[in-house]
Amino acid sequence: MRHTLASGETRQVFEGIGAVGTAAFYVLSIVTVAAFLIGSWRRTQKYRRGRPAGRGGTIRRALLVSPLALRRRPDTGSVAQVATNATIGRRNRGVGIAHFMVFWGFITLFIGTVILTIDFDIVRHVSKWFWGHEDSFFTGTFYLGYSVVLDTMGVATVLGLTYLALRRGVRPPARLDYSRAEQPAGGYSRKALVLGDWMFIGLFAGILITGFLGEAVRIVANKFPEFEIWSPAGWLLARGFEAVGLSAGAAATTHTVVWWSHAFLALGFVIYIPYSKAMHMLVDGVNLLAHDKNATRALPAPPADADHIGYRELADFTWKELLDFDACTKCGRCHEVCPARTGGAPLSPRDLILDLRQWADLQTGGKTLLDREQRPDATGPLQNGQAAVAGTVIPAKTLWSCTTCMACVEACPVGIEHVPTIVQMRRSLVDAGTMDPTLQQALQNLASQGNSFGKSARMRARWTKGLETPIKDARKEPVKYLWFVGDYASFDERLQDNSRLLATLLTKAGVDFGILYEGERNAGNDVRRVGEEGLFEMLAEQNIKSLEAAQFEEIFTTDPHSLNTLRNEYPALGATYKVWHYTELLVHLVESGALPVKPLNLRVTYHDPCYLSRYNGVIEAPRTLLAALGCELVEMPRNKTNSFCCGAGGGRIWMDDSVLSERPSENRIKEAAALEDVGHFVVSCPKDMTMYSDAAKTTGHDGTLTVLDIVRLVDQALVRPPAEPATDDVAVPV
Amino acid sequence: MSGNVLVLAEQSDGQVSDATYELLGKGRELATAWGGTLEVATFGPTDVSGQLGIADAVVRVDHPALASYTADAYEQVLLQLLTERAPRLLLLSNDTVGLDLGTALAVSWDASQVAYVMALAVDGDTPVATAQILGGKILAEVEITAPRGICTVIGGSFPLAAGKGDGTPEIVTAAAPGGLDAPRISLRAIVEPDTSDVDITAADLLVSAGRGVGSKDDLEVVQELADALGAPLSASRPVIDAGWMPKTRQVGKSGLKVKPKAYLSFGISGAPEHLEGMRDAELIIACNTDANAPIFDVAHYGTTVDLFDLVPAIVEEIGG
Amino acid sequence: MRIAVILKAVPDLVEEMELTSDGTDLDREYLKFVTNEWDEQALEEALLLKDSDGAEVVAVGMADDPDIEQALYSAVAKGADRAVTIAGATGVDTRSRAAAVAAWLKDNPADLVLSGVQAPDDLDGQLPAALGAALGLPHVSVVVSVALDGAAAIVRQEFSGGRAADLNVTLPAVLGIQVARQAPRYAPVTRVRQVMQSTTIDEASVAVDEAAAGIRVRRMYPPEKTTHAEMIDGSPAEVAARIVELLRSRSLVKG
Repeated sequence: MRHTLASGETRQVFEGIGAVGTAAFYVLSIVTVAAFLIGSWRRTQKYRRGRPAGRGGTIRRALLVSPLALRRRPDTGSVAQVATNATIGRRNRGVGIAHFMVFWGFITLFIGTVILTIDFDIVRHVSKWFWGHEDSFFTGTFYLGYSVVLDTMGVATVLGLTYLALRRGVRPPARLDYSRAEQPAGGYSRKALVLGDWMFIGLFAGILITGFLGEAVRIVANKFPEFEIWSPAGWLLARGFEAVGLSAGAAATTHTVVWWSHAFLALGFVIYIPYSKAMHMLVDGVNLLAHDKNATRALPAPPADADHIGYRELADFTWKELLDFDACTKCGRCHEVCPARTGGAPLSPRDLILDLRQWADLQTGGKTLLDREQRPDATGPLQNGQAAVAGTVIPAKTLWSCTTCMACVEACPVGIEHVPTIVQMRRSLVDAGTMDPTLQQALQNLASQGNSFGKSARMRARWTKGLETPIKDARKEPVKYLWFVGDYASFDERLQDNSRLLATLLTKAGVDFGILYEGERNAGNDVRRVGEEGLFEMLAEQNIKSLEAAQFEEIFTTDPHSLNTLRNEYPALGATYKVWHYTELLVHLVESGALPVKPLNLRVTYHDPCYLSRYNGVIEAPRTLLAALGCELVEMPRNKTNSFCCGAGGGRIWMDDSVLSERPSENRIKEAAALEDVGHFVVSCPKDMTMYSDAAKTTGHDGTLTVLDIVRLVDQALVRPPAEPATDDVAVPV
Repeated sequence: MSGNVLVLAEQSDGQVSDATYELLGKGRELATAWGGTLEVATFGPTDVSGQLGIADAVVRVDHPALASYTADAYEQVLLQLLTERAPRLLLLSNDTVGLDLGTALAVSWDASQVAYVMALAVDGDTPVATAQILGGKILAEVEITAPRGICTVIGGSFPLAAGKGDGTPEIVTAAAPGGLDAPRISLRAIVEPDTSDVDITAADLLVSAGRGVGSKDDLEVVQELADALGAPLSASRPVIDAGWMPKTRQVGKSGLKVKPKAYLSFGISGAPEHLEGMRDAELIIACNTDANAPIFDVAHYGTTVDLFDLVPAIVEEIGG
Repeated sequence: MRIAVILKAVPDLVEEMELTSDGTDLDREYLKFVTNEWDEQALEEALLLKDSDGAEVVAVGMADDPDIEQALYSAVAKGADRAVTIAGATGVDTRSRAAAVAAWLKDNPADLVLSGVQAPDDLDGQLPAALGAALGLPHVSVVVSVALDGAAAIVRQEFSGGRAADLNVTLPAVLGIQVARQAPRYAPVTRVRQVMQSTTIDEASVAVDEAAAGIRVRRMYPPEKTTHAEMIDGSPAEVAARIVELLRSRSLVKG
């Protein structure tokens, strides 16, 4: 059958399809839309089952208050952030650009289809009802502009997709390897996950290819109408077909086949979206808009109305967490940066989210085609019914492996918050008493004496003995700064020298400061992250009572972990203070000349503590201080907010790390040791001091790499009157 | 008030225990001071009176229920003897038998007890005992003002040799009380110590780890040193209770008593129950970060260097 | 099956012990008190029996013990069915405590009474044996495992040198626990706090005859350090060299 060719500057919508074909297409479209809506509705129903997440304000801010915000290190999302794909491009520029092209290409093509639908299925009919003839705006200049935009964006999409497919297919980065960190005893297969990825790319590519092919054969069939040069890609392709001898007649016949292929692929893809990896297109924008890093800094309190402690069942999860599970695209960035996974612990943040997704889908009867792990037995995420999520679906050893370093949350391009979810599940483990004996001992010590060392609470300030100038008791006399010393700096005998040194320097600089003496307790940051919420509350209450009885203006801490909870979590308990880190105080004292220094001329590297840099943005103070001391800072490859955890956080310092093949601290020391001519590994956290001194020894780098607290460098650089020897009795090898 | 002293003899495999000799030596001293007699009670079929020459009298009781030790049978027999022979003082060792019987007899015989005794003297008629309490942090000097006293004595407190003598004590055979025919506690089985593991009591050199190592993982560090020295690794009670090492490696009162040529301890603070098990080693070198740890009171050499610094250094030193 | 577990609050040994001005007793005013660690083992063994055999576990403390409520709430949080304080016995001495507990047990009989084999401050003897004698019940000390078998308990009693005996003990009986089959479980503070809201500790009162103690503390004192180790100072390498030298001189290290 020879069909009518289009005339004027437009194209016929169902060109060559015929009435039956057109009718069939409409029926298929209705079925497709219905299937899509059912799938999406079921997803939505799943999220609606979730507990409230308290993210109303976050979303409102991201959408309405500051939709254009595009900070370098955003705590929360914004429309601009979603639109620019900024989180995807961070530390991965190529992927970011490629995804940006695909992202906007898809949106443009989708809008193009919508415009066509409006014209063909609405304007055409409405105009006929109203004034008797079919109108269309899909002609003339509009059509030409439409053609050139869609063609260009289509090409951009193809290019982006090609880059992403080649990257995945030819030389995939290690983080795209889906091998599990935790190996189930009965084995598992994740082949379907890989298949799901390729199905997604394949469908997408198929739609684009058939689209361009259709366009090209239509142009050939229509014998190259001049205006079709406004579809440049289709035009070029058509010229190619012409060159290899495609006749107009053959092209018209081919067009029907290609048209239907395009239609089937497109409709199939639409159905596929809510049942597959493709749902990230619907979910991830929302997830980013609802994302808030503050929920990791200040962990959520347990729900007041819960009848049990911690997460045990699906009903315990918030809608944001359920959305997190579906948001994951398996990009593997969390998997790559996770110190537990790197050290060989049975935890990968990626696997955790994927397992929870699969388990949640199973509970809600949700369907995910492909993208599912298979196991010969119903273990882990394949467990149904009453299996406790903490300890059964996700093994206890997995949950205990987390150092809460927040690298996963930081790296995630789609706003997934792994850490609070892990802590919620740990709360349930603590409630059941499922924990390391060493952790249990530490918690018992903290409960009875307020410190993890099992020392008497009355011995807390014993380290101050022997100081020339006694430290003021802030409970008895007013001071400007209250020094919250912390457990390690107070009780660990290897660190007490550093504490005394800091006290001496502050006294020398004339700083008005004091401590709480026996009134101080462990601040509770790590206790809370272990999941022992009651003990955290108890410790915080005791500290707040002491703080209220003391007179001071601002607080500074030695320990970044204490800083985090004092700064971010105590306010919810009614105690809001300005909290500094001692490096911030020292930089001020050195820059103001209160501590006169001479240049040390050392090449050093500096380790950013997770709770200082990533959690609280204190990044520049130690660097400025090092510069002021005349130290040349050689950065490790992983620095600032991308710092690599020492492995001690989240209560890990109280647990057995014999399961690890390599301690994160050792991995980090090796990173530093690979730097050229760097002899000093500078830290600004007491726990780092112990972790890295040990790691330097166990890796055999202790001869060439000196681990030292930044306070020692200050002391070493101090300009003293000629007669006065250095306070620091441990010489810094220069 | 009599000035007699009664000692309960403990034995295994026909041998009177070292702890018994310690009690006998001290008992001899007290009885002599009071002008009384030293009597020793021995139960069961095995006649060990030949080993008890230091005593003035050996009181033997035998009955099928006494074939092996049970608190129920021993308590009944001993109560009968105490009532009949009315000593001023009963001496027991502060071991399982002493923990079973001491306070029970104090109640049923209506006597006054001092537990954890590590020194015992007389002040006129009054026995004065020094007890070690509160984890060895406090000594209490206690006089027994009641007419009947019981002391349960920590092993190793008195010299052993003073309890041996070659006299010929009077042998008294006493009848068993009727209650023994219906025992409320009966033996099902004796559980012999696990001999599949190394015998730490036979080693010349022992490397021992305590709570201070922190974790099972860190125990590896000390294990490496033990391997380098070719010595078995032993431990104090907290390490065993935590399940990091088998019971066969436990040094202390509830574990094994060791007497190696040298004993190297790491991270052991020295609870009395541990010191009891190792204080007789010929050379004791202790490493503990707390300079006030009681282990340094029995050690010959000590250091407060952190064990995680010291242990690898020793390994290196041996290698070099 | 009812199991009574007797708990005692004792000074936390991590504290420095201070004495009263006359030097005959501890100054308890500023001391921190914790549950006797062996009593914690006894509680755990009782809870294990409850888990396996379904017993009712009653945690018992002395009303006058410092912070005993905390210990009892914690016991309930771990799984004890109820908690009782007994008023009427003052002081830390074992004999009067045993008399008070025995008086209470006569009105509130238990099939099994568990307590720690000893306590850090039981200068006049151990509670389990005193209780056994006061009640006329069979008693076993230094117990490391308990199993129930009808009207009897199968008990493993440990002796020095690693030897042990498995015993049949007719119930009711009193057992002094050295160590439970598992490390004592953890009582999460959240749960303890919930228990404090929801649980009432029963208060019992008993009349005990004031018996003459028969012993008198002349003085208490920290042990004098008659001997002390020779301390080796220096860097780890120096200390290591000295230690190896000491071992070499005794031919304990080859080479």
